[in-house]
Amino acid sequence: MMKEAISRLNKLFENRVRLGIMSVLIVNESYDFISLKETLGVTDGNLASHLKALEENALITVNKQFIGRRPNTSYSITETGASLFRDHIKALEDIIKA
Amino acid sequence: MEKKIDYSDDIKTIKKIMEESSRFLSLSGLSGIFAGVTAIAGACVAQYGILKSRTFFINDMVSTLSDKEFSSVKIQIVADALIVLSIALAGSFYFSFRKARESGQKIWTPVSKRLLLNLFIPLIAGSIFIIVLYFQNQWQLIVPAMLIFYGLALINAGKFTYSEVFYLGLAELITGFASAFFPTITLLFWLIGFGALHICYGLIMYRKYK
Repeated sequence: MMKEAISRLNKLFENRVRLGIMSVLIVNESYDFISLKETLGVTDGNLASHLKALEENALITVNKQFIGRRPNTSYSITETGASLFRDHIKALEDIIKA
Repeated sequence: MEKKIDYSDDIKTIKKIMEESSRFLSLSGLSGIFAGVTAIAGACVAQYGILKSRTFFINDMVSTLSDKEFSSVKIQIVADALIVLSIALAGSFYFSFRKARESGQKIWTPVSKRLLLNLFIPLIAGSIFIIVLYFQNQWQLIVPAMLIFYGLALINAGKFTYSEVFYLGLAELITGFASAFFPTITLLFWLIGFGALHICYGLIMYRKYK
């Protein structure tokens, strides 16, 4: 039972920063880079590389906009991302219960 | 076993981040207590300072005033209400800032912006409606309108903060409709809605989330 649940864990979410990004995006329609950085307490480079990885796997989408003259990058979760992340949480809960 | 501890840590982190990023948690119970006390003080100023009345039945009292006295009383009451509102708002911002600083959280976040937006849309709509009531001489409906729109604003904003705010909103809404049925004792409903309810809410919040 536990082995089976462990096998359902998604490798993409093993990292703490990615787990954090997905947790924010699953409850928010969109979130900007700076607020993500502040919420998760990570460095620019670290956050950017994990966002890139999630984007390449089509788990999140990037929206680049200008607010006045300043560029503003925000992120949203995709349907695939949300469903995979929910599966991952379910697997985590099953492991704890087991 | 070590792995298992790790996983429950993951779940805790996920839940914490979900909560912190979707709800504004720096509201302080002290804001409620402060707003309640301010409202009661404002009501005392209105009752004893401006109306100089010993009765809660406003109609009896108003009928003794000349037109000129009445319009001056109206302006003084509005000024009193605006001062109460400003002090209460300033207090709630101050206590929120303080709580955010103490817990090391940011005050200006995507969720606090959404909270303010959702709070202020019904509040501004209500303010405009109250201005209309004032100029149409429907002054007996002003306190009910304040309570009703304030209740709706809290219900709306409650989605982005503690659920107690939502329930405070419901209580304000009910108090507002009750006061609309008893237009001669609206000051009493003002005391209940903006005074007593705020203080109860503040005490509950303060004890629960200290």
